[in-house]
Amino acid sequence: MEKMPHWADIVLIPLISLFLAAILSALVILAIGENPWAAFKLMVDGALMRSSGWGYTLYYATNFMFTGLAVAVAFHARMFNIGGEGQAMLGGLGVAYVCLFIPWPHWSLALIGASLGAAMFGALWALIPAYLQAKRGSHIVITTIMFNFIAAAVLNYFLVNVLRPPRSMDPATKTFPDATHLPSFRDMFSTAETIMFRGAPANVTFFIALAACVLVWFLIWRTKLGYEIRAFGHSESGAKYAGISPVRITVISMLISGALAGLMSVNTTMGESERLVLNSTEGAGFIGIAVALMGRSHPFGVFLAAILFGFLYQGGAELALWTNIPRELIVVIQALVILFTGALDNMVRMPLEKLFLALRKKGDA
Amino acid sequence: MDFLTLLQLLDTTVRLATPLLLACLAGLYSERAGIFDIGLEGKMLAAAFFSAAFAYSTGSVWLGLLAGVGVSLVLSGIHGLASITFRGNQLISGLAITMLAGGMTVLIAQDWFKQGGRTPQLVGAARFEPITLPFAESLQGVPFFGPLYYELISGHPILVYIAFALVPITWWVLFRTRFGLRLRAVGENPASVDTAGVSVVGLRYAAVMICGVLCGLAGAYLATALQAGFVKDMTAGRGYIALAALIFAKWRPWYALWATLLFGLFQALELRPDLIETVIGIKVQVQVLGALPYVLTVVILAGFVGKAIPPRAGGEPYVKER
Amino acid sequence: MTAPAIELKGISKAFGPVQANKDISISVQPGTIHGIIGENGAGKSTLMSILYGFYKADKGEIFIKGQKTAIPDSQAAIAAGIGMVFQHFKLVENFTVLENIILGAEDGALLRPSLAKARSELKHLAQEYELNIDPDAVIENLSVGHQQRVEILKALYRRAEILILDEPTGVLTPAEADQLFRILDRLREEGKTIILITHKLREIMEITNTVSVMRRGEMTATVKTSETSPEHLAELMVGRKVLLRVDKKPATPGDVVLEVEGLRVIDEKGVERVKGIDLTVRKGEILGIAGVAGNGQSELLEVLGGFADGTGTIRMNGVTLPLMGKGADGQSRRHAGIAHVPEDRQREGLIMEYTAWENVVFGYHLDPEYQSGILMDNAGIQAIAQEKMDRFDVRPPHPKLAAKNFSGGNQQKIVLAREIERNPDLLLIGQPTRGVDIGAIEFIHQQIIALRDQGKAILLVSVELDEILSLSDRIAVMFDGHIMGERVPDQTNEKELGLLMAGVTQEPAADAAKVVDQQFALQDEERGGA
Repeated sequence: MEKMPHWADIVLIPLISLFLAAILSALVILAIGENPWAAFKLMVDGALMRSSGWGYTLYYATNFMFTGLAVAVAFHARMFNIGGEGQAMLGGLGVAYVCLFIPWPHWSLALIGASLGAAMFGALWALIPAYLQAKRGSHIVITTIMFNFIAAAVLNYFLVNVLRPPRSMDPATKTFPDATHLPSFRDMFSTAETIMFRGAPANVTFFIALAACVLVWFLIWRTKLGYEIRAFGHSESGAKYAGISPVRITVISMLISGALAGLMSVNTTMGESERLVLNSTEGAGFIGIAVALMGRSHPFGVFLAAILFGFLYQGGAELALWTNIPRELIVVIQALVILFTGALDNMVRMPLEKLFLALRKKGDA
Repeated sequence: MDFLTLLQLLDTTVRLATPLLLACLAGLYSERAGIFDIGLEGKMLAAAFFSAAFAYSTGSVWLGLLAGVGVSLVLSGIHGLASITFRGNQLISGLAITMLAGGMTVLIAQDWFKQGGRTPQLVGAARFEPITLPFAESLQGVPFFGPLYYELISGHPILVYIAFALVPITWWVLFRTRFGLRLRAVGENPASVDTAGVSVVGLRYAAVMICGVLCGLAGAYLATALQAGFVKDMTAGRGYIALAALIFAKWRPWYALWATLLFGLFQALELRPDLIETVIGIKVQVQVLGALPYVLTVVILAGFVGKAIPPRAGGEPYVKER
Repeated sequence: MTAPAIELKGISKAFGPVQANKDISISVQPGTIHGIIGENGAGKSTLMSILYGFYKADKGEIFIKGQKTAIPDSQAAIAAGIGMVFQHFKLVENFTVLENIILGAEDGALLRPSLAKARSELKHLAQEYELNIDPDAVIENLSVGHQQRVEILKALYRRAEILILDEPTGVLTPAEADQLFRILDRLREEGKTIILITHKLREIMEITNTVSVMRRGEMTATVKTSETSPEHLAELMVGRKVLLRVDKKPATPGDVVLEVEGLRVIDEKGVERVKGIDLTVRKGEILGIAGVAGNGQSELLEVLGGFADGTGTIRMNGVTLPLMGKGADGQSRRHAGIAHVPEDRQREGLIMEYTAWENVVFGYHLDPEYQSGILMDNAGIQAIAQEKMDRFDVRPPHPKLAAKNFSGGNQQKIVLAREIERNPDLLLIGQPTRGVDIGAIEFIHQQIIALRDQGKAILLVSVELDEILSLSDRIAVMFDGHIMGERVPDQTNEKELGLLMAGVTQEPAADAAKVVDQQFALQDEERGGA
C-alpha cells in the first residue's frame, strides 16, 4: 500500500515546503527591520494588482517555464541538468545570430527562426555533457556545472571580440532589426482607450512557453518516447531489458532539456532587450531547478510554480524599489524553496507519512 | 620575461591558489566520507562576508576569522542535516546552500552597512598582514635564492602558510590515523563501518564539519587577506574551481596541491595576459584562460587522461539494509 | 549442563504492519553449530539483525552466557562477543585485508601500531584455524571465498565467541562451501558457537548439531539434527507436504528453435563469464540450466535476451541473430519471437513505479497495436491489461495500481502474463519462483508446462535444483562459463548434478571431493595473484 495518498505527495508536500520557506523569509524580513506583512502586500500590489505588474510577472514566468521544463524533462530521465544557465546563454547566441544575420520579412517568421536557433544552440550545449554521461560515465551534474562556466567564457568571447559593434564599449550586440520586434502584451491587448501592460516586457513568447508546457505533457505521458524516458529514469536495468537504449534516451532527453533551456533566450533577448547582452539569463537556469522541484516535474506544476516565481521576482523588484529590502531576498526565497522541496524533502515527508498512517489506522479501527 | 617577473607571477599564483587549495581540501574531506559538496562556493562566500563584517566591527581579524568559520559551520550543519540525517539529495542541498549564501550575504550586508551589499574597507588589524619570514630581508642579496625566498616564499599572510601546511597534514590524517581510515571507509562502503560498530552518521558529520572549517578559512582569506573587505559574489566561482581541482586531483591531498597551483597559475595569467604573449608569442584570449580549469576538468571526467574514480559511496545516503 | 551461549526469549519485531518476528525463543549450547532454516522472508535475517544490534526488538530478551544483555547497536554486539558474516560482505573493496580487519577495532588513534598488531594476530589465527590469507592483498583482487574468510577473520580478531553466518554459501561454489564447512567445524572444535542461517537443507544436515525452523516470522520447531530428516524439515519449513515433482506428460520435442554455438560473454569488468557454450532447444521441450549462481547463467540469459554483448552464433528458427551492436537489443529479440522472463523482476522485468497496465506492455510498447496515431493508446492498453490480469489471476486485479504494491508472486504473474501472452516461439525464463509464495509457485510451474505442451521451446535457468529436476525435459549444467554436460532428469540425481555444478565431469569415485579441492586451491591462487 502507498504510505499516503497521491494528492498529498504532489500538492500537500510542495505547499508545506513553500510555507516553511515563506515563514523563514518572513523572519529574515523581520530581522532586517521591515514588516513582512507589509512587504507581502507590496509584492502583491506590485506584481498582481496592475496589468503592468502582471506584464512583468508573466515575463519572468515565461523564462521560468522554459528552464523549469528543461530541468523537469531531465529529471524524468533521472538526470540533474544543472546547466540550464549555460544552455540558455548559448541559446541567446543562437537568437542573436538568427536575428542579426538573416533578413526577416516579418516578426512571426523571425520568431520561428529565432526559436529554432535558440533551441538548437541550447541543445548543442547539452549534447556534450549528455554524450560524456552516456558513453563515458562522466557525472552530468559536474560536467554541466563546468559547462555553465565555459558557456560564460564563450559568450564573453563572442560579445567582446566578435559581435560587439565597433567603437562600442558595451559587451553586447547591436540592436536587432525592427522586423524582428516581437509584439508585446501592450501591443496585443491595448485598445484605443485603455493602454494595458504599460512598459511591461511580457510578449508573445509567453504563448510559446504555454505551448511548450502542453507539448512536454504530451511528450512525457502520451508518447512512446516519454514512456521510454520515464522507464529509463525509474530503472536503467529495466530499460536495458526492454530494449530501450540508455545512450539514446540520455542524449535525447538532454537535447530536449537543452533546447527548452535555450528557448528561454527568445523571451529575454528577442522579446525584451532586443539585443544580446552579457547577463541576459540572470540566473533563470537555476530558478528552473526550484520550479521543477516545486512543480514535481509535472508540466502543469511547472506552469504554476513558474507563475509563483514570476510573482516573487516582480514582487521582489518592487520591494527593492520601495523598501530597504534588496532584490536578493528572492534569491533567498528561491534557495529555501530548493532546500525544502529538494534536499529536505524527507523532513517534511516523514512526519506526514506517519500522520497518514495513524489516520488510516484510526479509520480501520 | 625576467626572473623577477617570473617570481611575481608565481607569487600571485600562490596567493590565488590559496583559497582554491583550502576549499579543495575542504571538499576532499567531505567527499572522501561520501558526501558530495557542490556548496563549497556558498560556504566560502558566507565566510568571506562574516569574517569581513566582524573584522570590521571588532577591529580584530581573528574574531572575523572565527565568525567566518562559524557561519560556514552552520551551513555545513544544514548540508549535514539534509544529506545525512534526512538522506536528501546532496547535490540539490549544495546548490541551495550556495544560493542561500549568495542572497543572505547581500541582504545582511545591505542591512548592516548600507553600501550596496559590500562591507567597508578593512584596515590595520582587521586584515591579515603579510608575514616576513626570518632573514628574508637580509638574505635578499643572495643570488637566485635570496629573491626566491623574499619574493615567493616570504611575505604571505598566515593563512597561506596554514593552507600549504594542511596538505601534508591532510595526507597524514587520511592515511596514517584511525580517523582517516574510518573516514575513507565510510566513503567507500558505509556498511563496513556500520557493522564494525562505528557510527556512519558521526563520521560523516565530522567530515562535513571539517569541510566547514576549511571553507571558512578559505572565505576569510578572500575577504581579509587577499582583498580588504567583502564585495557581492566575491568568490566568483572559486568554489566550483576547487571542485574541479578536486576531481583533477582524484581526491588525493598532494595532487590537490598541484591542481590548485595549476589553476591558480591560470588565474594569475588571466591578470597578466601580456606575459603569455611575450613568452610564447601568441595572443591568448583571457576567456580561454578563465575557462581552462573547467575544460580540463571535463577532459579528466571524460576519462581521456586517466580516469577519476570518485569514492564509491559518494552521493548516496546510507540506509541500513534489512 | 553449562549456560547456553545464546538464549533468546520471546523476541518480536514488526516493520509497520508486517510482523517479521513473532515471539521467538532459541537457546544455543556453546561449542555447537545451530542451524536456522526457513524460506525467503521467513524472518531469519531480521532475527539475526536484532542479535547483532541492527534492529531493536519490540519485545523480548537476549541472554549471553546466562547474562541478560542489551544489544542496542553493533558495538554492543561486538562487545558481547558476537560476530556476524553477512550474506553481502561488508568489506571496503579497495582496502587491504589488514585495513579491513582493524577497521573499527583499532588500538589507539594511529594506524601503525594497530596494523602491526593485527599482522601478528592474523598469523596466529591462521595457524589456529587454518585461515590462511595474504594480509596485504587488496579485497577486490580476492576470490569470493577468500573475501568471506576475511569476514570470519574480522570477527575472530574482535574475539568473537559466537559467530553468525547469514546464507554463507549462496555465493560459493560447492567446493568453496565444503572448505567453509571445514573451517566451521574447526571453529566448533575450538569451542566457538556458530549460528548458520540458510535455506538449504543439505547444509543443515551436513554440519549442524541442532536446527530451528522458521516460517512466516514464527519459530515452528527446534530439533536435534541427528533426529530429523530433510523431508521432515522441508515439511516444517513450508507448513505442508511439498509437491516436489510437477505432474507433466512426457515431452514431444519437435524442430530445433534455438541454436547456440561457441557463445562467449565478457562482462563490464573484462571477466569472461560465458566461455564458449553450445546448446539447442527444440519445440515442445524445456531445457533446464542448472548451476550455482554466478557461473555464467545470468549472462547467458542476458545475451539471448539482447541486453548484453557476446560473440559466437545464435540462430533462432534458422536465422542468425546479431550479438552486439545494431539489432542486439530487447526489441529485436522480441521481434524474433523470443520472450524473456528475467531473473530479477524488480530490477529488470518490471518498472516498479509504473502501474500494472504500463508494465503489461513493457518491452512491447512500440508495437503498432498499442499506438493511436503518434500517441500511445493508453485506454486500449488498460483494457488489455485488465483482461490479462484476470486471466492470470493477478491480485488485486487493478491495472492502475503501481507494480511495487503487488506481492512477489503477483508481480511475477504480471511479467508472465506479458511474456507468455505474446505467443513467443521461445521463452527464456530465469529464477521463475524466486521470492514467490508457495501458492503462486504451483501456478507458475503449471503455466510453464502448459506453454511447453503448446509446442513452445523453453529455456529455464534456476539455481533451485528441485525446480530444475521437476520441470526440465533435459538438463544442462553450467560451471565457470562452460556447460559441463547434459543429463535427462530420470537418469540422473542431485548428487551427479551437484558434482557437475562443481566442475567435475566424470565420476572419479571417492576422490571426487579431493579433486574439487585441488582445483579450487589452484583457482584461488590464480585469482589471488591477479
